[in-house]
Amino acid sequence: MSDITTKDLITMFVGIAAAIEAEKGRLSELDGVIGDADHGVTMSIGFSAVNEALSRLDQGSADPATVLSTSAKAFLNAVGATSGPLYATAFIRAAAAIKGRPVLDRDAVVDMVSAMVKGIRDRGKADRGDKTMIDAWLPAAEAAEAARIAGRDLSECLDAALFAAQAGAEATKSMVASKGRASRLGERAIGHIDPGAASAVVILGAIERTLGHRS
Amino acid sequence: MKTKKLINDPKYVIEEMLEGIMAAHPDHLRQLPRNPRVVVARHGPRRDKVGLVIGGGSGHEPTFVGFVGKGLADAAAIGNVFASPPPDPIHECAKAVDGGAGVLFMYGNYAGDIMNFDMAAELAAMDNIEVRTVLTTDDVASAPRDRRGDRRGVAGNFFIFKAAGGACDKMWAIDECERAARKANDQTYTMGVALTPCSLPQTLKPNFDIGPDEMEIGLGIHGEPGVAREPLKSADAVTDEILDRILAEMPASRGDKVAILVNSLGSTSLMELYVMNRRVRQRLDANGIGVHKTWVGHYCTSLEMAGASISLMLLDEELISLLDHPCDCAMFRVP
Repeated sequence: MSDITTKDLITMFVGIAAAIEAEKGRLSELDGVIGDADHGVTMSIGFSAVNEALSRLDQGSADPATVLSTSAKAFLNAVGATSGPLYATAFIRAAAAIKGRPVLDRDAVVDMVSAMVKGIRDRGKADRGDKTMIDAWLPAAEAAEAARIAGRDLSECLDAALFAAQAGAEATKSMVASKGRASRLGERAIGHIDPGAASAVVILGAIERTLGHRS
Repeated sequence: MKTKKLINDPKYVIEEMLEGIMAAHPDHLRQLPRNPRVVVARHGPRRDKVGLVIGGGSGHEPTFVGFVGKGLADAAAIGNVFASPPPDPIHECAKAVDGGAGVLFMYGNYAGDIMNFDMAAELAAMDNIEVRTVLTTDDVASAPRDRRGDRRGVAGNFFIFKAAGGACDKMWAIDECERAARKANDQTYTMGVALTPCSLPQTLKPNFDIGPDEMEIGLGIHGEPGVAREPLKSADAVTDEILDRILAEMPASRGDKVAILVNSLGSTSLMELYVMNRRVRQRLDANGIGVHKTWVGHYCTSLEMAGASISLMLLDEELISLLDHPCDCAMFRVP
């Protein structure tokens, strides 16, 4: 399978924005149950801003790291909230992990996902079981790493990541939240999926579709 | 069923609101041309004065932007509805109000706000601006007393920002401004009740479900669910429930004084707020607690939510002088 180019990464972000747009009602509803009902709206505003910034990039001269750092800034400035700092840090760390590379191979993409997750953990200080987006992202990064070690190709690594994220998000239903707005609800949060974990699945689904199944 | 609002395209609702605010209050406020989410007091910031920067999500008006003005906040960073502003406008606020004596960041205790304001403080530090942070944690329902630091900042913000603003305007040093702000926070107690939900401009959907005979006690001001759901009771019974909780915690003795804030969350009427205040007064009188000042109205709303919150600030001489200190803000004045 050919390496990932700047153009492919931009296509990935277009795909993420479209997927978020399609799911934003559902995400806001999930957030209404245990939060303040703005998660879908926030993610939609953020990724629209990313697409707008990327459309103004000179694709010929920008490298993949520039796509990611541009996305980080655009997302953060459009949104703030909790998602802003977390995803901005994720994209900045991803950019640092692949800095200088003109194209990305399987290893670079897996490194990118691992760096994103470390960034989210460092910034948000959440861990597995806290009922946050980390409960989807961390298993995803671990599954991608495991698939890489087992010699799988990019498409299979991303499939594994998505599958693990879906299971992780589903598992948040039985958790009590220890971060964010839901952390003040105690047991009332149980039975409800975390919206940040749900949107992580949407994002990974778009990544898997756009980067894993290019012709 | 969609809710009804008087807005245009929801995508631009914050920008349009700010345009309207600037047009209405040109003598009080200015907006940074390169960043419209930065609103600065025309009068207030000056050399050697600690700059007070407040901020948070929109949807709580008059909190935050309405409290920008001489004697209170020097600047506000404006976020999207119910969302913290990003680091950039907060950093710009710090630069705009820096008088060489340091800057105080004050905002509600929420994960998003903490991350964004902390990132802005890091940026300000790179500009050699000393930033201190005081979070508001007045909502007694959101965590027990021994975990006060986990509590949300809600309508009591009004008292806490006012006290801090007074300290800064009196040209106190940053250590003293921070101390006074922390004391004001420690001595403010709030609890609220929601009757019907609010809806985001972008969705026009009620953001939680509640039955026709129910109320949500211990709500959050972002439409997030409270901590318990009960059958709706009379104003006196609801006020008693709130005050029982507050008075159980507030270490007031007979002869002490408080300030009262009875705050509408948006659609609850003055008529109802004053009915509640009657009961607040009765309970305080019965406990021999005096009232220095009472404020009733819209101070910290949650879009169109129906409901109210009651805040008491336990006063001493210093806090009385800070609350009495004159201020002239876009949406609030103490002559």
